[in-house]
Amino acid sequence: MSNFPFLSVLTVAPLVGALVVAVLPRRRPELAKQVAFGWSLLVLALAVVMWVAFKVDGDRLQFRESYSWIPQWDARFTFAADGIALVMLMLIAVLVPLVILASWHDAEASKRSVPTYFALLLVLECTMIGVFAAADVFLFYVFFEVMLVPMYFLIGSYGGHQRQYAAVKFFLYSLVGGLFMLAAVIGLWVVGGKTFDWQALTQVDISTGTERWLFLGFFLAFAIKAPFFPFHTWLPDAGGAAPAGAAALLVGVLDKVGTFGILRYCLPLFPEASKWFAPWALALGVIGIIYAALLAVGQNDLKRLVSYTSIAHFGFIGVGIFAFTTQAGTGAVLYMLNHGLATGLLFLVVGMLVARRGSALISDFGGAGKLVPLLAGVLFFAGLASLALPGTAPFVSEFLVLIGTFTVNKPVAVISTLGIILAAAYVLWMVQRTTQGTLNPALAEIEPMRRDLNLREKAVVAPLIALIVLLGFYPKPVTDVINPAVQATMQDVGKTDPAPEVGGVVQEAAK
Amino acid sequence: MTELKLPSIDYAALAPILIMLGTALLGVLVEAFVPRRRRHLVQLSLALLAVLAALVMVILNADDRLLTAGGAIAVDGPTLFLQGAILVLAAMALLLIGERSVERGGAFVAQAAVTAESADDRRQAEGSNGATEVYPLTSFAIGGMLIFVAANDLLTMFIALEVFSLPLYLLCALARRRRLLSQEAAMKYFMLGAYASAFFLFGVALVYGFTSGIPGRSAGVDFATVHAAVTESPASEVLLFGGMALIAIGLLFKAAAAPFHVWTPDVYQGAPTPVTGFMAACTKVAAFGALLRVFHVAFSGAAWDFTPVLGAVAVLTMLVGAVLAVTQTDIKRLLAYSSIANAGYLLVGVLAPSKDGLAGTMFYLVAYGFSVLAAFAVVTLVRDADGEATHLSRWAGLGRRSPFFAAIFTFLLLAFAGIPLTSGFMSKFAVFAPALDADQAWLVVAGVLTSMVLAFPYLRVVVMMWLSEPGDSTPTVTVPGGLTSAALMIGVLATLVLGVVPGPLLDLANGAAEFVR
Repeated sequence: MSNFPFLSVLTVAPLVGALVVAVLPRRRPELAKQVAFGWSLLVLALAVVMWVAFKVDGDRLQFRESYSWIPQWDARFTFAADGIALVMLMLIAVLVPLVILASWHDAEASKRSVPTYFALLLVLECTMIGVFAAADVFLFYVFFEVMLVPMYFLIGSYGGHQRQYAAVKFFLYSLVGGLFMLAAVIGLWVVGGKTFDWQALTQVDISTGTERWLFLGFFLAFAIKAPFFPFHTWLPDAGGAAPAGAAALLVGVLDKVGTFGILRYCLPLFPEASKWFAPWALALGVIGIIYAALLAVGQNDLKRLVSYTSIAHFGFIGVGIFAFTTQAGTGAVLYMLNHGLATGLLFLVVGMLVARRGSALISDFGGAGKLVPLLAGVLFFAGLASLALPGTAPFVSEFLVLIGTFTVNKPVAVISTLGIILAAAYVLWMVQRTTQGTLNPALAEIEPMRRDLNLREKAVVAPLIALIVLLGFYPKPVTDVINPAVQATMQDVGKTDPAPEVGGVVQEAAK
Repeated sequence: MTELKLPSIDYAALAPILIMLGTALLGVLVEAFVPRRRRHLVQLSLALLAVLAALVMVILNADDRLLTAGGAIAVDGPTLFLQGAILVLAAMALLLIGERSVERGGAFVAQAAVTAESADDRRQAEGSNGATEVYPLTSFAIGGMLIFVAANDLLTMFIALEVFSLPLYLLCALARRRRLLSQEAAMKYFMLGAYASAFFLFGVALVYGFTSGIPGRSAGVDFATVHAAVTESPASEVLLFGGMALIAIGLLFKAAAAPFHVWTPDVYQGAPTPVTGFMAACTKVAAFGALLRVFHVAFSGAAWDFTPVLGAVAVLTMLVGAVLAVTQTDIKRLLAYSSIANAGYLLVGVLAPSKDGLAGTMFYLVAYGFSVLAAFAVVTLVRDADGEATHLSRWAGLGRRSPFFAAIFTFLLLAFAGIPLTSGFMSKFAVFAPALDADQAWLVVAGVLTSMVLAFPYLRVVVMMWLSEPGDSTPTVTVPGGLTSAALMIGVLATLVLGVVPGPLLDLANGAAEFVR
């Protein structure tokens, strides 16, 4: 079974599905939705099989496949996944069917082609899988850039208020980062002996000056994509304007490409430069945590608020990565997964609220819990998960990041902890202003606001809630997969964990 | 009396050139003797057949690496590759030129001599058949371009320059509608082109002076002599630098590089769109073919001296093209500035003095030619009662009205912007990588920065087409006739195929990337 070309099939399958959905007649939108949903479930099934086939104590990169592509440049279709990539692939495979289910009626509101919307979602899935599965720098770059196109049209054609502005801003920001990366990719190719193979490139010795420039080229692209402060301004616009399902994928998965890229490319390929720039990256992370959280408190638009919370969370992930300890690194990767689940859920629930009210402004709500108690309850749960309440999955990752950082850099860990308090402020305040308190009389007159979650919506939120609780209490299956990959990455950077000072208590807590 | 020795001529190697020029002459006879109503068909098939025959000869000659006609013509890898490229692109352009179903009578005026905007002029705009002189003119231009990329001395190169320029000046003046604009474009192109030719010729004279005085060698302007003179001549280097600069001006003018680009937007806008496409694709190939040969063969010994200057020209070209593209409101002018910026990227490839650089530049030329011809093919289709609707505001909502053509144009714009899986990305990589390999990092950084700027105008068109609601003035897309469809499909497919599997063409370019001296 391990010889099965999992990764290439997983990458191509959604694309085939997209083509099938795209050629379905426009007059039969229901059929398009069903086919798209069914197809994404098939992809999920394949991903589950792959997860089972992954050997936890096996090689760092598994499922390796390599086919010739452009022999003149030694660019190849090379796919391989380590534990980090596997977790992200799983997240994509889980989120896409739920997003399709949640977006069932989103496309109709836009008066545009419904099959196209679902085809675009599947194309997006293909490019997202490709980006995590690629083990060839050229191939990675291709997916990294092509990913913009379906997202651009999802935001621009099917989005809400200010969608054109948001779509163009998203595209241009990402393209700027991507082009800097292109220069660095070419540079890496030249100094690396004209190969794009990731494993070969990790063995290359690069002079200090060149290494720093190349690091910056890659880091800038990833920092924009993630996004880290101060490259974050596109995300609230894009997240605010995108349809809820696309927004869930945008912050849930697309942005993880940035942090994944840092782990997969910046650290192993440019270890010295990574260490040299680490203080700066940590500073950006810490500023992001505090600054974005403060901005989130002040938002009056639900989707923008969730976008800002994401920026704060990406600050945590950045801190976890650049602390260079195994706990912090594992925490950061776990955070990437948990944030995808929690924020994905939050975005989808907010999307359900917004679809009912026809407005994303917090001031248009108030006391909604009296009308839709179940929906309000799910929103509350998603908010709690988002602020990393113990018992929910994000708590584990946030705790690991903080504890792993504390052992090497106390000030950063201490300041970051303030972010948790601010998180409580923006989440609880948001929940209070939308669902608690006296009922907004205008709200009661809106007919859809009287309908609580239907079966389809329950089917969307239930798996996510289950996963968040499950991973909150028992993260071991995931950490087992992540740990070896993170350890290998830290070895690439040449960092070892500091010996625990207090008899191993810290390490025990981390496990 | 010394016996005159005739140079030996390899007619097979010259066949593509002879076929095109012969067909052009034949075309003139057709104008004289074939009845008017049959001329269009006869001329079009004659020109297409000639291009095909010339292409077959190029393919048959594929292994030739020789000098012929007394060393005036070099038939080597780059010559054959670029001749093939010119012929393939010219065939596409001929398909566009020959299209008569999109507009009654075709895109060309029936009688260019009628006073513009007069009653007669309006009458002929209403549907009398266009002039068929365009076909011999195009054939002459193609023939000239074929010589231009093969010329192995500066005088032959100058003759070829004139042979392909003069027909182009005329072709620009032949638009059916907006006659004044078209005539103005032709006039501007002619005046500035004449200046550029004069510069070129003066440069040749200076270089001739520079080559005199090498011991044991007579003066001359063939590239072998120039190459030897660069390293050995005792003459003042002022002659060399002056000559090199003036020759470069003449060539950079044709390549539409800044600061010699000012004609480009006006001419691209005023010329009949099929001719604009022809110029954007084929003239670019010819001009860069000549630039490559002059700087890689004749002046390669002075690379240390010209690289910084040409590098500065490249950066300026990219900047001017990208920044001014942002402000354009007319699709043809937008594509003109994009063509200027692309000239800058191509110069980056010219300045990478390696086999890879040469191959990359040639790959870029072909890939860009296909995309730009397809783009202009779409422009010919978006029209209203007054002809082509080129103002960008008119393209708003086109994606709703004609999703198919809007999708095609979007794809081409993404290719121009260099998004992966299009030939635009592969060609950028093909020129940037050798440049970085040759330690020209500053050119690559400039290329990357200007690409970011240039993405904005492209994206604006995409936004116009897809994200804006169609208005009352949104034109419809005419269903293209068979000829335009064929050209469009070839261009789009080439853009896609070269973006996904560039290997075979890169292989071909790599195998061809060696000049003979």
